[in-house]
Amino acid sequence: MGLARYVIVRALLIIPTILLLYTLVFIVLRVLPGNPVLAALGTKNIPEEQLQAIMRELGLDKPLYQQYIEYLVNFLRGDMGYSMVVRGRPIASDITDRFPATLELSIWAIIVSFVLGVGIGYVAGRSRSSIVKHLARLYGSITYVLFIPALGLFLQLVFGLWLKVLPTGDRLSPGIYIKPITGMYTFDALIQGDLVAFIDAVKHIILPALTLGLVLSGPFTRLTLDNMEKVMESKIVIAYRSRGIREEAITRHVFRHTLIPVVTYLGLQFALLLGGAVLTETTFNWPGLGTYLVDKIMYRDYTAIQAVIIIFAFLVGLISLITDVLYALIDPRVRYQ
Amino acid sequence: MNINPYTGIGLAIILAFVLMALLADIIAPYSPTEASGNVLEPPSIHHIMGTDNLGRDVFSRIVFGSRTILMVVFLAVAISGALGTILGLLTGYVGGAIDRVISFIMDSIYAFPSLILAIALSVALGPNPLNAAIAIALTYVPTYFRMIRGQVLSIKSEGFVEMAKALGLPTTRIIFRHIFPHLIPTLAVVFSMNSADAVLTEAALSFLGLTVQPPTPDWGFDLYKGRGFILAGAWWMLAFPGGMITLLAIGFALLSEGISQSHAVKSFE
Repeated sequence: MGLARYVIVRALLIIPTILLLYTLVFIVLRVLPGNPVLAALGTKNIPEEQLQAIMRELGLDKPLYQQYIEYLVNFLRGDMGYSMVVRGRPIASDITDRFPATLELSIWAIIVSFVLGVGIGYVAGRSRSSIVKHLARLYGSITYVLFIPALGLFLQLVFGLWLKVLPTGDRLSPGIYIKPITGMYTFDALIQGDLVAFIDAVKHIILPALTLGLVLSGPFTRLTLDNMEKVMESKIVIAYRSRGIREEAITRHVFRHTLIPVVTYLGLQFALLLGGAVLTETTFNWPGLGTYLVDKIMYRDYTAIQAVIIIFAFLVGLISLITDVLYALIDPRVRYQ
Repeated sequence: MNINPYTGIGLAIILAFVLMALLADIIAPYSPTEASGNVLEPPSIHHIMGTDNLGRDVFSRIVFGSRTILMVVFLAVAISGALGTILGLLTGYVGGAIDRVISFIMDSIYAFPSLILAIALSVALGPNPLNAAIAIALTYVPTYFRMIRGQVLSIKSEGFVEMAKALGLPTTRIIFRHIFPHLIPTLAVVFSMNSADAVLTEAALSFLGLTVQPPTPDWGFDLYKGRGFILAGAWWMLAFPGGMITLLAIGFALLSEGISQSHAVKSFE
């Protein structure tokens, strides 16, 4: 199978997954709660005609199967309906406003987790002391179960309140302005060559990215360490040694071999990353999709909640497709399975 | 008998919290829901963990709060473990179209961020501890399902299963009496790792206000309230609830680490 055909087949296989997730979300948020408008208003004392009018406005008066199809069709066109609480506000524009912040946080968190996780795994893998290896494994399993809000608030206390070196919330200091290009401030400031704004944006993202990155770094450490040990015992290393290659050069080669499974694991981390982003954003008042979702939960704004969760479903599908393709690029055997 | 140090430490942490929950009435010096001191008192001899913004003893709230989180976690893990195991055993053994359909559904749910699924479910079911447990349980069914099904697929072609079949034993007997016992060690590892995940998910749902209503004590929700007093310097409102959540999760993580280590050693010998 050629690469192009492989990509097309994979892309088609993603469609049923997304449809299934959409159906689940639809059942959970549209069918289970009963009448969503009453839930959003938090009262049953509302005149029948007024209730009907709101239902009609939001398209909730139609039969469920019709809502199910219409919502999906509109969604694919980029129309995610209107908020139930802030009437007349299109959800799609809220989401385009918020999405870059989440993307920016995710990118930095992945970088932090990769550097920290693989770095510690590499150092432990090179070390001959079994205590260092034990400690690295312990680091891997303990960081994995740190509670994000607890860690984030702890960092806020230390760096924001006691040492007063880093801000504890928001994306920029008051008075700093960056013209949005991508909406990701650290990158926008770099593109525009605005050093002051760049430093300010970086200062704001350090703690959130560190919090999320630290929690995600554990599996990378364990994976790097385990794989380095495995490759170190393989025949390749015996061959290197028998040719008199220096031990340092051997570790470099071994490290390259271990990177392949680590890179593919990046894709699997994504689900964890999205869940973690919701908590990190809430902890740091980071105005992304996660805080948007939490805000909407407080107001029981079902149409907005549904839109955000379906966006997440699409993202998951997209990322698993990208991971599959990357994997096929690295390891051509996959294409023929 | 040698106990793996990780298993020992993990079990000790979990047992300490279980005792705390059981003996809450004896351990807690004050009522968890009524003021017993001044507002925002730092830790002292009278209030070892200080008081919160309403003058309530933080230590007493921690002690009683352990009941909420442990109840939700144990209930959630029991439900998802039972559902996932039974589904995995049946579909793995029977195979065919049913197996493909259920595996597809489980794989899709598994790929989706579990916290976001749990949030959606508890929003729909309504915020209370029982619903939080159900939401967390449904989220983790695929974790058990995938593991059990995979093991069943490899065990079912072994000689002793073939023999049981040849003897004409009923299918349910083969599944539960002959296959299931082999899965118990793996199940123990998954159970403890999943409990750590469930602790974090419960705390996250509470942090987002989806588990309890005030004034019920609950670590995640108390941490969320403490967040509002970070600028007032009330670190004790953050450190203790946050620390307890983390410690409990670490307890379960160490337990699973220990069980999987001693098992790897055993199978090696």
